[in-house]
Amino acid sequence: MSEALLFDLTVFVLSLLVGFEVISKVPATLHTPLMSGANSIHGIVVVGAMLIAATAHNAFGYVLSFVAMAFAAMNVVGGYVVTDRMLQMFRARPVAQRSGDDR
Amino acid sequence: MTTFNSVVHLIYLASASSFVLGLHLMNSPATARRGNQLSAAGMTVAIGTTVVVLLHENMITTTGWIVLVAGGLIGAGAGLYAARSVAMTAMPQLVSVFNAVGGGAAALLAVSDLAGGHADRLVGVTGSLDILIGAVTFTGSVVAAGKLQGVITGAPVVFPGARLLNVVLGLGLAAGVVWLIIDPSSTVALVLLGIASLAFGVTMVLPIGGADMPVVISLLNAFTGTAVAMAGFVLGNVVMIIAGALVGASGGILTKLMADAMNRSIPAIIVGGFGTGDSVGGEVAGGGGSIRSVSADDVAIQLAYASKVIIVPGYGLAAAQAQHELAGLADLLEHRGVEVSYAIHPVAGRMPGHMNVLLAEANVPYPQLREMEEINPEFSRADVALVIGANDVTNPAARRPGTAITGMPILDVDHARSIIVIKRSMGHGYAGIDNELYTDPKTGMFFADAKAGLNTLTNAVKTLVG
Repeated sequence: MSEALLFDLTVFVLSLLVGFEVISKVPATLHTPLMSGANSIHGIVVVGAMLIAATAHNAFGYVLSFVAMAFAAMNVVGGYVVTDRMLQMFRARPVAQRSGDDR
Repeated sequence: MTTFNSVVHLIYLASASSFVLGLHLMNSPATARRGNQLSAAGMTVAIGTTVVVLLHENMITTTGWIVLVAGGLIGAGAGLYAARSVAMTAMPQLVSVFNAVGGGAAALLAVSDLAGGHADRLVGVTGSLDILIGAVTFTGSVVAAGKLQGVITGAPVVFPGARLLNVVLGLGLAAGVVWLIIDPSSTVALVLLGIASLAFGVTMVLPIGGADMPVVISLLNAFTGTAVAMAGFVLGNVVMIIAGALVGASGGILTKLMADAMNRSIPAIIVGGFGTGDSVGGEVAGGGGSIRSVSADDVAIQLAYASKVIIVPGYGLAAAQAQHELAGLADLLEHRGVEVSYAIHPVAGRMPGHMNVLLAEANVPYPQLREMEEINPEFSRADVALVIGANDVTNPAARRPGTAITGMPILDVDHARSIIVIKRSMGHGYAGIDNELYTDPKTGMFFADAKAGLNTLTNAVKTLVG
């Protein structure tokens, strides 16, 4: 095993454990936003899409980069926007007038 | 390592930390929004840094830039539109779609890397896992979204030969992975693995029924995270590994919570077929008891003169999009001094926390939404339990051995002094068995569509007690 792989593996396992630790305390009320928030975090795949575009030098590579980039961008932008939209609805006290533009 | 590379690495580390802290802030509704914004800020920084890296290395061609910008704009536009326009009742579908594109993108990264032809054996391992998990997630999530949207039937789809097909696909997956590890540059192996994975995603989700969707969505979410982490291994990008692992962990936890809340094992859910009749053997004792139908006026009087009402919402509320009507009725009761709270079963709806989001949209303050363990002891003090669109999670049969839902944690609705069930007909719940709650002498059945029924009740309360 290369040193780089061992390093990556260490990071992977520790991150999994951090994830379990941080997320196991989230109350059921927030399960949908949590899932949606996690959804936006895997939008980090957009970074990968950008990196493969750098190595693309033929039509096949460009098509792959294009699709990966479009998918990833949809994931990351949509994920964060919809999570925010959901979270702003969670209120401890009712508001007198529901705002017309609650999306 | 050059200074530039070190700085880039440190910035990625900061982004990864913001994801962890962002998730941590989700522990409380009061800080959750800030958490998401922190996470988004970290994401923006990571993307910006990557742009700088690409400029710095100057490897990318002009065509490459055009492709990136065009893809990014189209994807971002589609994501923005979907996120802004989706109805809260359709959130499970949208989450599924985002899982699909995330997993699909992760799989494409490995395809691109392996098709480059200079991958070593280690990339063969992580790359093939990336393609496997990513492609299964892609088609699996598309099918799940189709089921949730009603484009594909929500009932479990089982066809003759399905098992054999799965075995064949399983062999194809194994063969593809092994082949790619032996020869990472093999195009045939790449195609084999890709096609088998895509097909397996479809056959995996098709036989799973609608009410198991909270588990399936959580599981696919975990898959996407894992695929992204694998893509991070392939590209040697630490922030992708960290972010992917975090999502994998969160999806894993939710999957387990959801499966526990249904008292079913994850493998049993994946095998599917629940509620199709072949696995349901429970007879219901005391079945055939008579039911008592009540009128809107009866219900209105009971509600208006109660001192404590517990509302039990279920998927039927989401299907009828009646959350605003429900909140309106609850408001009216509260103004009369009735203590109103909501009992939320962990798997009510089609995704974890589905009911909470719907009720939040209808302006219900979150302290009124109570979790199962917390609210169950309170049912015995409630004058009225109002059940809307929930079925199996209220069935006392779960407490007895020998029924299809035995052992499933339920809401103790039958402990309330009286029970009102708003329901369109005497149809069965997902488990396909009679709900003993309906034949309980304390239970009154108010037969109506959730939305229309709640409106009628609200008006009745207003006219009767002004």
